[in-house]
Amino acid sequence: MYPSDYRYTKDHEWIKADGSTGTIGITDYAQAQLGDVVFVESPKVGAKLKAGATFGTVESVKAVSEIYSPVSGEVTEINAALADAPEKINSDPHGDAWLIKVRLDDPKELNALMDSVAYQAYIAEKDKEHAS
Amino acid sequence: MTTTATASLRKTALNHVHRRMGAKMVDFGGWDMPLEYSGILSEHDAVRNRAGIFDVSHMGEIEIRGREALDLVQWVSCNDASKLAIGQAHYSGLMTDRGTFVDDILVHKLSDDHYFLCVNASNQDRDFEHIVERNRYGAEVENTGPRYSQLAIQGPRALEILQPLASVPISPIRYYHFTFGKVSGVDCLIARTGYTGEDGFEIYFDPAHSEKLWSQILSAGESFGLIPCGLGARNTLRLESGMALYGHEIDETTTPLEAGLSWICKLGKGPFLGSGLISEQKKSGIRRKLVGFEMQDKRIGRDGYRVLVNGEETGRVTSGGPAPFLKKNIGMAYVPAGSAEPGTPIEIEIRASAVPARVVPLPFYKRRG
Repeated sequence: MYPSDYRYTKDHEWIKADGSTGTIGITDYAQAQLGDVVFVESPKVGAKLKAGATFGTVESVKAVSEIYSPVSGEVTEINAALADAPEKINSDPHGDAWLIKVRLDDPKELNALMDSVAYQAYIAEKDKEHAS
Repeated sequence: MTTTATASLRKTALNHVHRRMGAKMVDFGGWDMPLEYSGILSEHDAVRNRAGIFDVSHMGEIEIRGREALDLVQWVSCNDASKLAIGQAHYSGLMTDRGTFVDDILVHKLSDDHYFLCVNASNQDRDFEHIVERNRYGAEVENTGPRYSQLAIQGPRALEILQPLASVPISPIRYYHFTFGKVSGVDCLIARTGYTGEDGFEIYFDPAHSEKLWSQILSAGESFGLIPCGLGARNTLRLESGMALYGHEIDETTTPLEAGLSWICKLGKGPFLGSGLISEQKKSGIRRKLVGFEMQDKRIGRDGYRVLVNGEETGRVTSGGPAPFLKKNIGMAYVPAGSAEPGTPIEIEIRASAVPARVVPLPFYKRRG
């Protein structure tokens, strides 16, 4: 479910990095929380990203959710398919529904992020908190 | 995320059933209620095309009895209850003495001396106190909320699904009329009313039978594509149908005239709470008007967002969001009376951008067939 070659943030974004390029999206946990996604607001190609700063929004029927960048860098591509089919985020959040591709300023920033095991433990803890 | 309810949230008799079914729960006006089961879009689609069942047991009921019952109903509400036949219901407003809304309600006439009001969940105690306080006629007023569970079965197939379970013919029940009968052997008030813009029924019954009725109707409806629906879809359905939600389109600052509800405001019936001020407003003209609007691109103008007319802020969106059947983004807002014509361009401020929208006629969606 949570690919082992991705890195994850506390705000439920994922990044798949390959040297100094990366692909970013939101996790399955995030899409389940959101419910049906109806609109995605993406940055423009060329936009500068700062780790931890918001770069767009994913909107469900009821709510607007800000997306935070896992890394610093520059947007090189946005996923055009999401404009007409935002529901892909619900059906394939880790694959087809990637949000942006980036060029990383500093691949070492990835070390600060959770790996798949840590992320799964993190969300399991969150679920327990909600249930108590 | 589904949380366990905190001790202070009120629960309907079906609370454990919703949780067992995996519903996403939400705090709605102090009630632990199902927001969605299979998803808001899926549930909205089911009601528009097949059927959905909603637990609306959180809604309140107030009963007014006695020889003076009609007098009291007439005094505290704006619609003309003297025109109701036994077995008929109407949409009305519970009024303040300033001609504004304490609540919006359904009034059912059970007999010449018995009126049954369905009121909003979050307002039931306030409504009851208000009616008691204004009871200059000595009628009997009772807060009977705890006595009833309520289910809404809504959609083009609702009738087919319910009829085999009902002890009386329900097809002849006309829109906004009701009867008494058994559903799955349980005594119910069966009303042809609803908050979705589709055909359907709302049934009121002893809470002890809640689980039985819920599961029997779900079972009977399965082959018709009936699914359980939550408050999320309830909201998208009523918004798409241009129906008001108390606290959004109507509240203690809005009159029926401003809210486009003059059709339930019968000034000719004689004086009622606030009728004097409403009459004055009718003479001088309303200064603001509730309108529907449609966004001009895919961005969504939501509740509370600023509305701009000719670049000036005129108010805020009262309700706004996606219209899943129409595949548009819609909303309602009060605008200056001079800018209320359909076609008038307006803007909705979305995160510091003024996004184009256009006034459109209400309702956005009308039932087909």
